[in-house]
Formats: sequence, structure tokens, C-alpha cells
Amino acid sequence: MKFSLKRCLQVFVSFFKIGAFTFGGGYAMIPLIQKEAVEKRHWVTDEDILDIIAIAESTPGPIAINSATFVGYKAAGVLGSVCATLGVVLPSFVIILLLSFVLKQFSEFKPVVYAFNGIRAGVLALLVKALWTMYKKSPKGWAAYIVMAAAFVLTAIFDFNVIFVLIGCAVFGLVTSSIMERRAK
Amino acid sequence: MEFLELFLTFFMIGAVTFGGGYAMLPMIQEQVGLRWGDIITEETLVNFVAVSESTPGPFAINMATYVGSVVGGEQGGILATVFGSFCATMGVVLPSFIIILIVAKCYEKFKTNKVVKGCMTGLKPAVVGLIGGAILSVVATVFFPQGVAISVFTTVSFYVSLATFALMTVLAFKKVHPIAIIGLSAVIGIVTGYLNL
Repeated sequence: MKFSLKRCLQVFVSFFKIGAFTFGGGYAMIPLIQKEAVEKRHWVTDEDILDIIAIAESTPGPIAINSATFVGYKAAGVLGSVCATLGVVLPSFVIILLLSFVLKQFSEFKPVVYAFNGIRAGVLALLVKALWTMYKKSPKGWAAYIVMAAAFVLTAIFDFNVIFVLIGCAVFGLVTSSIMERRAK
Repeated sequence: MEFLELFLTFFMIGAVTFGGGYAMLPMIQEQVGLRWGDIITEETLVNFVAVSESTPGPFAINMATYVGSVVGGEQGGILATVFGSFCATMGVVLPSFIIILIVAKCYEKFKTNKVVKGCMTGLKPAVVGLIGGAILSVVATVFFPQGVAISVFTTVSFYVSLATFALMTVLAFKKVHPIAIIGLSAVIGIVTGYLNL
């Protein structure tokens, strides 16, 4: 028990560091997790990391939380996964909470208003880049293009509920991929 | 009960968004607009995308904490602010935490599961379309803050935004770091603001 408690603490500290020093989250976190959990602590193997990425991509939720929970579990069971998740969440939670107080104070401050006028155009650019990255990772072909167009038109123009669109697209993907498979046989 | 609503809303967001990060934005936009549109405008939300991107930690957690702090703060007091953030953050974390705990025990089977794979072939392109929709509404906030009208095209600020956006897009595709892009566009915003452009 003493051993596992020590390990849980190590897991917490490692993931606290990972949470505190990666910007943007998600994939930016993978190299750090690799360094801490594979090279330094030997909780998981390089192969596990590849599995984590594959699993994180096909389960809901933030990739950072997915991978923290997974590594924590491998290192020290359920308690380990709690420690890892708390560790990775805590730095951003504290920082954002403090920032939200500061931003409230300065939201009317002229330079801040001007800065954000510029920043919003920059964010738009980052979103366009993110769109391109997601497009590259997405499957291609007529079925995929139909889904992209449908998701866009339904939410942006017809104000459909995003959840229903996601469920619909998942079902469509399931049906088309099983039809394709049957044809291949 | 505002706090319960925060928890449940972010629980739902955490449970249905795949891919993390910006994939969560369309859902956050929709739900926040629907429930707390009076206290968090689209403009504030976009501002906060920039803040989330330039502070450490996962994007989803940053956004949840922020929305929680603003909605909680409306209830009055520091304690309500902290508790609001706590509810939203817990909400967005819990679904993936629970699901991974289940999957961690049988992930060899999960990885090769045909149903999971099939759903993903639909979900991945769906996220592309959804982000496209999110971009459309951000376009409206950036270029047409007063609503779409012909007169917008005669204002200098429209062309300043357009030029900033074009430049930053080029930089983003040249793999310039997002924080550098946000910093640079802040400088452009401040300079053009004081020049009354």
C-alpha cells in the first residue's frame, strides 16, 4: 500500500508537470508523456503510447484527459488514473481561474480591447489551420465528403443540434463502412 | 440550478466530442450561446479561445474552467466563481475518464472493434464540417461585428481585420507557433487601434 501511494504521488507530480508545461493540449502533450511515463518512469511502453493515441482518437473527450487516465491506470490502477487526471487538470484550472478574475478587471481597458480586436482575426487563422489539419486526418471519398457537407450545412445554416448531427454521422459512417466491406467480400 | 446545468452541459460536451481541442469548439459555441448567451457573447468566447491557446493545459479544460467561472461569477462572489469552474471542469473531464477506465481493461478488443471503426469513419469528417460551421460564425464576429451590411466594406477596420487574418493564416500554415500568432495579432490590434483605423 505504501508503495502504491508513493507511485500515485509520482503519477500526480508527473502529470501536473505535463499539464503545466504544454500549450494547446492534446497532441502537444504526447512527447512529454512519452518522456515522463516511458523513458523516466517506465510505467508504459512506446507501444502503449501508440495505442493511447489510437484509443484517444476513437473515444470522446479531450486527448489530454484520455491519455492521462490511461497512463495513470497502467501505472497505479484506478487511484493512479485519478491522480493523473487531477494532476493534468489542476494547473490549467488554477491559471484560468486567476486569469478570469484579471480579465474581468481589464475587459474595458483600451489596450486590451484593441489587442483582442486583432487577436480575434488571429484566432480565425488558427481555426482555418485546425480545419485543414482535421481534413487531412479525415477519411476521404464520396461518403466522407457528403458527411462533411451535411454537418456543415445542417449546423451552420439550419441550426441543427450538434449532438444529433454527430450521432447521425456516426450511424452513416457505420452503415457505409459495413456496406463497403460487404462489397469487398 | 446554474451549477448543475454547468456540470451537465459540460458532461454532455465531454461525452460527445471526439478528437479534443478545437473539435469541441462548435459544441461549446452552440451550448454556451443557447444557455448563457446573455453573459458570454460570441466575441468573448473567441477572445477566450486565444487565451486558452496561450495558457498551458488542455484547450477543453481551459474553456470549461473559463465558462464555469463566468457563469458561476454571475451568481456572485469568489466562491461561486470557483465552484462554477469546478462544476464545468469536472463535467468535461468525467466522461472521458470513465470511458478510458473501461476501455483500458479491454483495449485490444476495442481497437479492432468494427462498430467503433465504422462510427469513426463518419465522425472524423463530421468534425471537419462542424469546425467549418464554427469558423463561419467566427468570421461573422471578426469581420461583421455590427452585423452584415454593405457599409462594412467601406470601413478601414474591415480591411485591417482582413489583412491581419490573411497574414496570420500564411504564418499558421508556415508552422509559426500559435502563441506567436496570437501575440503578433495582439500587437497589430493595439497599433491599429491607437491609429484609429
